[in-house]
Amino acid sequence: MAALPPYATTGERIWRFTFNVICVAIFFFLVFPILVVIPLSFNAVPFFTFTKEMLAFDPAGYSLQWYEDFLTNSDWTRAVRNSLFIAPMATILSTALGTLAAIGLSQSHVPFKGMIMAILISPMIVPLIISAAGMYFFYSDMGIQGTYLGVILAHAVLGTPFVIITVTATLVGFDKSLTRAAANLGAGPVETFRRVQMPLILPGVISGALFAFITSFDEVVVVLFVGAQQQKTLPWQMFTGLREQISPTILAAATILVLFSILLLTTVELLRRRSERIRGLSPG
Amino acid sequence: MKRKLAKALFRQKMRALMLIAPLLIFVLVTFIAPIGSMLSRSVDNSIVVEILPRTVEALQDWDSAAEELPGEAVFAAIAVDLKEAAEAKLHTRVGSRLNYEQPGIASLFRKSARKVRKLESGPYKEALIEINEDWADPEVWATLKTFSGSYTDGYFLASADLKRDAEGDIAQKPSDERIYITLFWRTMVMSLTITLMTLLLGYPIAYLLATLPMRTSNLLLILVLLPFWTSLLVRTSAWIVLLQQQGVVNDFLVFSGLNSALYNMISIFTVPNVSSLCSTDISQILNAGPRFLDVMAARGPDAALSTCARDILGVYQSGGAEAAMARTGELQAAGETWGYGDERFAMIFNQTGTIVAMTHILLPFMIMPLYSVMQTVPQSFVRAAKSLGASNWTAFWRVYFPNTVPGIGAGAILVFILSIGYYITPALVGGTSGVFISNRIAFHISSSLNWGLAAALGVLLLVVVLLLYWAYDKIVGIDNVKLG
Amino acid sequence: MLKKLSAIALLGVACIATPALAETEMVIVSWGGAYSASQQNAYHDPYMAANPDVKIVNDESSAEAVAKLRAMNEAGNVTWDLVDVVASDAIRLCDEGLALEIDFDKDLAAAPDGTPATEDFGELIVSDCFIPQIVYSTTFGYRTDMVSEAPTSVCDVFDLEKFPGKRSLEKRVINNVEWALICDGVDPAEVYNVLDTEEGVARAFAKLDTIKDEVVWWSAGAETPQRLADGEVVMGSTYNGRLFALIEEQKQPVGMLWDWQIFDLDGWVIPAGLPEERVAKIKDYLNFATDTQRLADQAKYISYGPARKSSAPLVGKHSTLGIEMAPHMPTDPNNAKTTLLYNYEWWADNRDDLDAKFQAWLAN
Repeated sequence: MAALPPYATTGERIWRFTFNVICVAIFFFLVFPILVVIPLSFNAVPFFTFTKEMLAFDPAGYSLQWYEDFLTNSDWTRAVRNSLFIAPMATILSTALGTLAAIGLSQSHVPFKGMIMAILISPMIVPLIISAAGMYFFYSDMGIQGTYLGVILAHAVLGTPFVIITVTATLVGFDKSLTRAAANLGAGPVETFRRVQMPLILPGVISGALFAFITSFDEVVVVLFVGAQQQKTLPWQMFTGLREQISPTILAAATILVLFSILLLTTVELLRRRSERIRGLSPG
Repeated sequence: MKRKLAKALFRQKMRALMLIAPLLIFVLVTFIAPIGSMLSRSVDNSIVVEILPRTVEALQDWDSAAEELPGEAVFAAIAVDLKEAAEAKLHTRVGSRLNYEQPGIASLFRKSARKVRKLESGPYKEALIEINEDWADPEVWATLKTFSGSYTDGYFLASADLKRDAEGDIAQKPSDERIYITLFWRTMVMSLTITLMTLLLGYPIAYLLATLPMRTSNLLLILVLLPFWTSLLVRTSAWIVLLQQQGVVNDFLVFSGLNSALYNMISIFTVPNVSSLCSTDISQILNAGPRFLDVMAARGPDAALSTCARDILGVYQSGGAEAAMARTGELQAAGETWGYGDERFAMIFNQTGTIVAMTHILLPFMIMPLYSVMQTVPQSFVRAAKSLGASNWTAFWRVYFPNTVPGIGAGAILVFILSIGYYITPALVGGTSGVFISNRIAFHISSSLNWGLAAALGVLLLVVVLLLYWAYDKIVGIDNVKLG
Repeated sequence: MLKKLSAIALLGVACIATPALAETEMVIVSWGGAYSASQQNAYHDPYMAANPDVKIVNDESSAEAVAKLRAMNEAGNVTWDLVDVVASDAIRLCDEGLALEIDFDKDLAAAPDGTPATEDFGELIVSDCFIPQIVYSTTFGYRTDMVSEAPTSVCDVFDLEKFPGKRSLEKRVINNVEWALICDGVDPAEVYNVLDTEEGVARAFAKLDTIKDEVVWWSAGAETPQRLADGEVVMGSTYNGRLFALIEEQKQPVGMLWDWQIFDLDGWVIPAGLPEERVAKIKDYLNFATDTQRLADQAKYISYGPARKSSAPLVGKHSTLGIEMAPHMPTDPNNAKTTLLYNYEWWADNRDDLDAKFQAWLAN
């Protein structure tokens, strides 16, 4: 929003000021809840509130015990291990399949494109509880309910729409004459893909992969149904924790996850800018 | 030349399909097929004819409207069926299936099956009625006949709070059993509220982002994207931390003394819990008029201090407002001894909690589409309008706002689709009044085991979502979805 | 490269997905938390010490056991060996043919004095498939510092004049309607006869209506203790073992109200459809884990009453607190003056129907 011109009336000034206050309040609403968990995770007592000692910045009011619990309690460590195994596996699967399909979809002549697209996007649209219930029964029939394979397949399919959308978006700006030029110069389809197309769509692929990763890493409804206790993931553990034993260990886990999401966000932002720069869509 | 072109085109099509095929097959097998097979449970009723084949056949000739018991042939058929079912331990499965339609059938089947095994020969009619007199109830037979087909609409009827009566006609369930219409309605209303809230909060932010210089707006955009990338569970637990009774917000209100002021403000608009009445400033309540006190006292002895409310009303009626106010101090002291001095607000584990937490969670999904549409609206439009003499408001409302309507549509449908199927957040912060239809579906899958009803509710929910998706595709085009 | 990667991924996934189950591995499903820990200490560890070739794997899926067993059975692929469930679930599983019938005297150990198992468990054998381990009860706890006098009757829960404040009740129909009717003056022996009529059900809900505004509902056993500790409720129902932990281990100012505690049983079922040799191994474990001494041992770790009569005299002191456990058992004569064992059969018939009514009542 450009600065107000010098001839702005008092009314305009007041309105502008009010508007800015409103916006600050909304930004506060967006970010404060996420940041508030961070100090509370260092609480010395097992409550979710600020103690007097904490407000007085008395070191006795703070402790690292919930982080210690998070890192040593077998429930939590197992959940972290499971999440760090399931999410990357699901990501690889959905990124590989999703990228191929996005390239296919971006060709100029695709029969039944509307219907295919609707099917491929459906995992993102169908309410999770319905997906979870369907997979629960079907995967039980297949004998993969309660196995890592079942959870990975389920999470992979939930992640594919994100890969398709992000990769398709990078392909929109893709100059077709580049592949033709490569073909003219004697490159086979595989070589064209590897040396021309891939580097250009790579930012889209990586950010799609990150979306797929976060989909699996943050998913709890489907894993509750498709998984068994052995596959308990971090969100699942947090879910049971919030329902049953409210301990600040959840806040320690939450803080670590917030830092993790800041990391992911930064990566995606950098990738997006890089992609726009390469394709000349933005001044950079 | 033409044929060559056609051939090339065909090859191109095939190549595209080859690239898509792996994912398409993957999605069909791991996603579409499971959902399809689950949804088919909503009409599947083959269990009755599979376990009681002879009975179903024998019942063909029986007229349920006649209000007479079926003949010996039917009784003989069910005796044989039950014997076989009991051997295979399947009798209670069909019993539980029919119990959904008429309570009591489950135990009728369970109790009878054991004794039927000892029956060697007929006449079965008397023998069965001897075993359990419920067999002499024509309604049991009517239910059996009504639900003897391989397919049933029973689950769909149940999910619309309907059922078939003894004559096989569709009727409403008794009023104390109607729940799904209420739940669907509540899911819709709450999703709509959440959508409106996100629009209200999202519009100014998107506007700010779209009109600020690129560099600044990119920085502020991070504040929008951070919640988006933060785990749903983290955000939900953050709201529990903030809003619970011993939470940060309540602590702050009590600490700052704002709680009483706020409470008094709210009590003027709503009928508060009577038990907290005496802790509030009674003069204010009296100012709100005697009708208000009437309402309070009329709520009956459902809370400890309702006597207190009646007390004030009595004093008010006999001695007027001044006399009642003279007792203010005394009553307030009474309230404080009950510990109502530091009134805390129930902001979570109810509808408020669900709406606040979900508005926060879904707000980025509103801001992003709004922002991308607003970016394409040139500022010169507004300037042109102003230079033509329009006021600020007119320029915004008549020129800028109409240009952002596609963004509003896209954001609203997206947020609505996402919120209508929510499960986790309502389950954690919704209490009893803030749960959605999804929570009920989950209940029927894992607790009550009425999988057919869960499937029927799922179909209804899915239909709503698909309609909205279709609208979204028409308005925005699914190819134009942007993330991050 | 992506293709290669995905191939590797799939291969890796496939390897992990089908772990070769060692012959001696036994998957035992239970509730998790303190309860599983008590079983680990009292049953699993001693059994594994005596049988080094057996490895017991814990699964904490008891809450969804019926749904999962039914789904496994439909698919013909049962992966559990032994499942810990409450009696009503066991009856349901047995009825549906999802659990194996047990020959109590043949499969289970006799009491030390030679009394056969059927007599030792006595009337607690409520199903042919179900081997009871413990008797637990759902009862009330109250904040001693938030009431003017200690409540003595379950009907004090319905008395808002004497005991103002929020109370925590379970978000299900079972137990709540029984208490409501008892407190509405119904003869406790007649509760289910009254509930059989439309008016009786209406009467129960009308009684619950009088406190509805002051009720906070719970669905996980830990919620009431948490709310009592936070002072968010004055009183609330939960399992007696949770209250014991709250009072004796966490030293919270909370008292027990044993009046009209509602008994329930928890125990083992063997899933139907397992191969003979596996069943034989499970029965060997069961014979050990449900004998008189083992059931008494479990009470050292958690305050639930052993299901065998012969175990009662052997109940000793708590393993870490060192207090006598007998007075904390729900079955102790001092605590069990007024009790109700809820009617499994009646609820099996009417649960779905009353649950719909309860949900409708909650929603309106």
